[in-house]
Amino acid sequence: MTRIRFQQSLEDLKENLLVMAGLAEQAIQRAIEAYRVRDLSICDLVNRSEIAINRMERDIDQAALDLLAMEQPMAIDLRFILSVIKINADLERVGDSAKSISDRVRSMELLAVADLPVDIPRMANLAADMVRKSLQSFIEGDAELARGVLTMDDAVDAMNRAAYKSLTKVMEEQSHLAAQALNALMICRSLERVADHATNIAEDVIFWVQGTDVRHHKSIAKAEAKSQVV
Amino acid sequence: MGVGIEVSNLNAWYGTNHTLQDINLNIPANHATALIGPSGCGKSTFVRCLNRMHETNPIARVTGSVRIGDLDIYADAKPVEIRRRVGMVFQRPNPFPTMSIYDNVAAGLKLNGFSNRRELDEIVEKSLKNSALWDEVKDDLKKKSGASLSGGQQQRLCIARALAVDPEVLLMDEPASALDPVSTSKIEDLIFQLKSQYTIVIVTHNMQQAARVAEKTGFFLNGRMVEFDSTHKIFTNPSDKRTEDYITGRFG
Amino acid sequence: MGTEFKMRASIRALTDYLATGAAVLSTILVVTPLIAIFVYLLIRGIGSLNLDFFTKVPAPVGETGGGMANAIVGSAVLLGMSSIIGIPIGIGAGIYLAEFGRGTRIANAIRFTADVLNGVPSIVMGLAAFSLVVVPQGHFSALAGGIALGIMMVPTVCRSSEEMLLMVPHAVREAALGLGVPNWRSVLSITVRTASPGIITGCMLAFARVAGETAPLLFTALGNQFWSTNLNQPIAALPLQIYVYALSPYDDWHRLAWAGALVLIVLIVLAVSLVRYVTSRGVLKGAS
Repeated sequence: MTRIRFQQSLEDLKENLLVMAGLAEQAIQRAIEAYRVRDLSICDLVNRSEIAINRMERDIDQAALDLLAMEQPMAIDLRFILSVIKINADLERVGDSAKSISDRVRSMELLAVADLPVDIPRMANLAADMVRKSLQSFIEGDAELARGVLTMDDAVDAMNRAAYKSLTKVMEEQSHLAAQALNALMICRSLERVADHATNIAEDVIFWVQGTDVRHHKSIAKAEAKSQVV
Repeated sequence: MGVGIEVSNLNAWYGTNHTLQDINLNIPANHATALIGPSGCGKSTFVRCLNRMHETNPIARVTGSVRIGDLDIYADAKPVEIRRRVGMVFQRPNPFPTMSIYDNVAAGLKLNGFSNRRELDEIVEKSLKNSALWDEVKDDLKKKSGASLSGGQQQRLCIARALAVDPEVLLMDEPASALDPVSTSKIEDLIFQLKSQYTIVIVTHNMQQAARVAEKTGFFLNGRMVEFDSTHKIFTNPSDKRTEDYITGRFG
Repeated sequence: MGTEFKMRASIRALTDYLATGAAVLSTILVVTPLIAIFVYLLIRGIGSLNLDFFTKVPAPVGETGGGMANAIVGSAVLLGMSSIIGIPIGIGAGIYLAEFGRGTRIANAIRFTADVLNGVPSIVMGLAAFSLVVVPQGHFSALAGGIALGIMMVPTVCRSSEEMLLMVPHAVREAALGLGVPNWRSVLSITVRTASPGIITGCMLAFARVAGETAPLLFTALGNQFWSTNLNQPIAALPLQIYVYALSPYDDWHRLAWAGALVLIVLIVLAVSLVRYVTSRGVLKGAS
């Protein structure tokens, strides 16, 4: 087998990305746990994870740039490195979302406990599940698993819309709970973002493995349908 | 203007060596088509079948058909006629050593009986301009010999010489492989400009070069054409695993 | 380890000196006789060189004076004829061997014949020309001499032309063929032209060789004491004249023979230099 050093570099890149992915998953889990038990020390852990994630984002991008410049990757190697760069960015945003959630938890700590009509833990688990599955599809290069993740996004979107409705209702009708409701809404939004990033990761995996670009297919199809009607 | 090339069931032998097997492809007019593949895969032999240059080797044999435009070059024409319509630039620049720059460019015409002085002057100037060499040699056309130029200039001289005969197709067998990066870039830019007037077929070892200049690329392996598709597809998502192994360097 | 390396290095240096010395010595050994001969001829012959030598025919036996004017002119005529016969045939054969007949049985036969011809003693050549030209004609003639010398030129010209043509890089031929130039035209206008310096050298070598040949002329041109440029008559030649005079019992003739030898060598050198000069200005203009 030729180009052994290059193969090895690709393996190393994948490994480093997976380490970063582990940190991102861990950050989300911790943020959800912090919400569940309202423990500020866990929030600190989330912050530390997020800093480590940011550092790794820079290192991975640098490594990918070097490979592009020095090795002239083609075809599947090129698609792989491109996907790594994108997944890199998405994982960093996942870290940011985790930090946002932990910030909200800190804010809520100062407020009274309220019983809100949203099932944040369920939404969080779904989002975390999507992240886990998309990373699994990356580890195994499994485009089918990745496509499965794409379909899970609808559920999270639906939950987010429902949360918006019910929480705005709370803010209107029970204004003494407005602060808690707002924080909860922002947490839902962060979770919806996490789900979107997981979707992006899955789309990048499909591009890497199959060479097809499946992004934005719904909105593009909708716009095309609209323009055809007109 | 260039013409398209249609190759059907082309087989070639050197003696008992079955160098090319069942080649079928359509090379589009006014485009550059690159042929890539490992050493010994038959791509140079294939290109030489397009202007019947392989016949200069007495043990060479060909079956199948090659149509350039409307003409079946094996059934309907003689090698000498074909080579006036299909020009060739070789791997190592080979200007005629005993001739001046002017005579080199005019050689294809003069040796075929063309003698009108004024027209020759015009054609030589136009060809040298088309091969981006005019500015560098216009003062020394008849004083300097072809062999006294630098490598990159010599190759552009050979291109001018090929263009002077006004071919429809230009075959280039690794034209830049003996040149430094700057000369290579000049040749590649040239190919880009020439595409609109001629059909260009370029054999290259350098995949990045194929990617830079050619719209379509064919991958040859062991005498067969494995894949022929748009350059974009070949280099981002080839259909055949053998193609992918070659271009990612995973051979063996 | 270090000392062994140093020892090897000094042995290598010594060998280097010895080899260089041997090469220089060989060169001196080869060049010395050449120079010695020339100087000797100069000494022995220059005294007899005067205007008469170049303008008068030989004096009758017993009289002093006279020259070798007729021999000089005769040699020129004979060499002119032999060149006209030998050079075109030789170059033509060389072109065939290198360009058209490569590998064929005929080509091998031709090459073999040329090599054999090269080795045939010059006197045998003379005898052959005698049987082929003199006998049917019934008399000696310059024509027979020219034919004999011409045939002798052919193998040298042929083989050197072939060598020079084979040395033309394949790339140059391909370039011509790739332009749609017919093969014969490519051979003549490109390959031969590229090889011409070498081919001309081959011709000059052949020329210099036959310029000094005596034996073939013995039974063909025969020699002539008087002015003659008639191709059907015997004709004088410088080497022939030198031979006859040298073997004669007359001192006068001996002196003329020395002068003749000197003039012969000088003329050959001049002829070769002239050809070199002319061709370097013409064909090779601009190249290398």
